[in-house]
Amino acid sequence: MKLARFFIVGFLFGIILTKSEAISWFRIYEMFMFDSFHMYGIIITAILTGCIGINFIKKREIKDYKGLPIELISKDKSYTRYIIGGTLFGLGWALVGCCPGPIFILLGTGMLSIIVIFIGALLGTFVYGVFKDSLPH
Amino acid sequence: MDFLFETWHWSISGFLIGIIMLLLTYFGKTFGMSSNLRTMCAAIGARKSINYFDFDWREQRWNLAIVVGAIFGGFVAYYFMNDPSNFKINPNTIKQLDQIGIASPNGNIAPNEIFSLEVAKSIKGFLILILGGFLIGFGTPYAGGCTSGHAISGLSNFQFPSLVAVFGFFIGGLVMAHFIIPKLF
Repeated sequence: MKLARFFIVGFLFGIILTKSEAISWFRIYEMFMFDSFHMYGIIITAILTGCIGINFIKKREIKDYKGLPIELISKDKSYTRYIIGGTLFGLGWALVGCCPGPIFILLGTGMLSIIVIFIGALLGTFVYGVFKDSLPH
Repeated sequence: MDFLFETWHWSISGFLIGIIMLLLTYFGKTFGMSSNLRTMCAAIGARKSINYFDFDWREQRWNLAIVVGAIFGGFVAYYFMNDPSNFKINPNTIKQLDQIGIASPNGNIAPNEIFSLEVAKSIKGFLILILGGFLIGFGTPYAGGCTSGHAISGLSNFQFPSLVAVFGFFIGGLVMAHFIIPKLF
């Protein structure tokens, strides 16, 4: 039952991303062609909502549902990994029009070719895991 | 109840995604979808001798529950909340796509020229899908996150590294959309 709340969050996430059309290859292509504000609007509004919420949590020192302090993880300081990894991900994002979340959501729409992308993504993560220590971070 | 079927406005969608992220923060977790790929690799038996996969994947079950929920959410939204008016993109984009031989959405989520089963069965089509997936799977753990982990969670918490990562996402995406895709199709 502990997992039920996460299932519900995922369920809502799947509906929101499908109805916002952020799972659509066409929307991603349109975004990279700078032909529509739609995707930018989604990302900017999500960040603004997040900013206000996170600030509120920090200022009021809000506890999580168990009453424990909320820990916000800081990302490691570097440029290399973010530029190289980010660019590689961006190439894939525009090519097949999905990021990791939508890969799963699209499986639910019954699009069978997504399975190939999913297997490719697992392979990619596996290969990264194997070579992680010899890659520049 | 029409709003359930129409394309949701970006402000509503963005607000709700922000709320999802905050809800997970309240549950004591960090919003990020790409880490599931690592968890799945470990769960299906990636060797423990590889440092990166030597962790107890069961601790990430909450995130896998999100994945299962997301699959169901996609199913419900697509089969019960869809409308032919969905996926209306800019006519300019449609013209651009026409030039490279990709038809307009016409109510489809994604172009048949890339995603139909026939294309996926062809060598070129298969390679494009597997390469796209590989770049996503390799790039996100390298960058330490994807759109959810960096763009939404990271930027909401003013993380400079996330801004660098998002900059990277756009370098890659722009190069692919403007220079590589026209040559591929």
